[in-house]
Amino acid sequence: MHGLYAIYRKEMGHYFVSPIAYIFIGLFLILSAFFFNVILAEVIKESFQMEMQSMQFGQAPGFDVPAAVMRSFFGLLSTLVLFFTPILTMGVYAEERKRGTMELLMTSPVSELEIVLGKFLASLSLFAIMLLPTASYLIFMVLRSEPMLPWRMLLAGYAGILLLGGSLLALGSFVSSLTENQLIAAVITFAASLFIWVLDIGRGSDSGTSAVLQYLSVIRHYEDFTRGVIDTSSLMYYFSFIVLFVFLTVRSVDSMRWRRA
Amino acid sequence: MIEVQDLTKSYGQVKAVDDISFTVNKGEILGFLGPNGAGKTTTMRILTGYMPATSGTARVAGFDVFRDSMEVRRRIGYLPENPPVYPDMAVETYLDFVARIKHVPAERRRGRIDDALKKTNLEDRRSELIKRLSRGYKQRVGIAQALVHDPDVIILDEPTVGLDPKQIIEVRNLIKGLAGNHTIILSTHILPEVSMTCDRVVIINKGKVAAVDTPQNLTAQLKGGQKIRLEVEAPERRLREVLAQVPGASRVEIDPERAGERLAVTVEAAQGNDIRSEIAAKIVENGWRLFELRGVSLSLEDIFLELTTDDATHAQPSS
Repeated sequence: MHGLYAIYRKEMGHYFVSPIAYIFIGLFLILSAFFFNVILAEVIKESFQMEMQSMQFGQAPGFDVPAAVMRSFFGLLSTLVLFFTPILTMGVYAEERKRGTMELLMTSPVSELEIVLGKFLASLSLFAIMLLPTASYLIFMVLRSEPMLPWRMLLAGYAGILLLGGSLLALGSFVSSLTENQLIAAVITFAASLFIWVLDIGRGSDSGTSAVLQYLSVIRHYEDFTRGVIDTSSLMYYFSFIVLFVFLTVRSVDSMRWRRA
Repeated sequence: MIEVQDLTKSYGQVKAVDDISFTVNKGEILGFLGPNGAGKTTTMRILTGYMPATSGTARVAGFDVFRDSMEVRRRIGYLPENPPVYPDMAVETYLDFVARIKHVPAERRRGRIDDALKKTNLEDRRSELIKRLSRGYKQRVGIAQALVHDPDVIILDEPTVGLDPKQIIEVRNLIKGLAGNHTIILSTHILPEVSMTCDRVVIINKGKVAAVDTPQNLTAQLKGGQKIRLEVEAPERRLREVLAQVPGASRVEIDPERAGERLAVTVEAAQGNDIRSEIAAKIVENGWRLFELRGVSLSLEDIFLELTTDDATHAQPSS
């Protein structure tokens, strides 16, 4: 599998050579930091209001600020991810095809699976690197929380966002392999992501279809993670999702051999 | 080393490659000559494992290109028409990447990269970003990547296109130097290149093989076939009959643009016959007025055009 590693290295190298990656990550971090502040302020304000109310009515509901902040923040991250991942994946295959390097890869002793996995893991790594600094705000908050928030919640949340991001990256890679036009790839990826996102819209009703749709919605499973719950059915969902789209991408890359010119 | 048999590639109704067969012996340099769209690139892509054929077989070093694709790919270095380079990488880094995906073992990589850089004269450019190199240098990087894993077979698609004359000579010498240790296929439009570098030539047109032979044989064979130009005042039909009777004459062509009393005629003679005096005699015999009679010999250019503008099977290959 040295082909896989070589391709992974090359992809990572390319990400960090172009200024676009830095701008991208920078923008993501600025937005996430800004919203973290907003969320923190909002939650604190709300908790004071609740305290006021409980004092008025003699109840002590005990508003858990850090947990609420964490949940909202992970919710925000997922929205950012929805917008950022199509841009991350749009050029993964398009560039290679334009430069003719796809021909190099496909006439070398590397399998399509190695190519697809190498690229996917690289995009996932970039995604993880992008997320890493956001952990600093949360870690800081957890350390200062009293009683201290269990680390499990933090880990579950990040596991969730990584799986969610990984799924959208796999989807985006597949779409990117279908077209040479990066813009179209980004738009279609975004639209498709949005579609599976809102599949849980039928949440209110109790019908059978609604249950199926809810299971298929990519955001539904994420919510469990943000609450600190790691549900095996959600894990299965994300793994299946990723495996499915990696498989489809491999077939799509193979089909490039049959496309004219 | 390379055997191609009845290879066909169709895209729907169109046959890009139509039932071609040829072999390349170990250490040989084979030239692929043909106009654009003849099927040269498609054939190369089939040999390198990029795309599968519709029917027929191709074997490289004993391995079938379809069934044992990975084995074949290990043994081939390929330079497509546009060098497949990553602009943002340095030359060295790029060659390292290619060495890795071609399974060059770690301990040999350094040596192989240095060797490839030396052979293509890129040593002083090794740390430079590829996007900063001129076309000629990029082409050399393309050649270097085809060499880096020391493959048995090297396939080059138009390797000298875009190079200046000095670089062209360097590349040709490089290719000739590689023969013997490597088996080489190169495709080109440049006819002198074929006679200068190749041991044998396959002329391809419209997906079919028009001729397979050494450059010398091809020119000799068809050069021996003369073309004779006539200007004569004679009735067309009768003239054709008479000329057809001349032993050794093959085709008679009358220029339609100059119809009228004085006909412009081209007669082709089969190999080795100088039929000019016979033609002259026949014309005089019939009492026609002869204004011009001259022989025109064929250059490789003519042969090429001849073989590729008319029937693909016009020339009889003697491989």
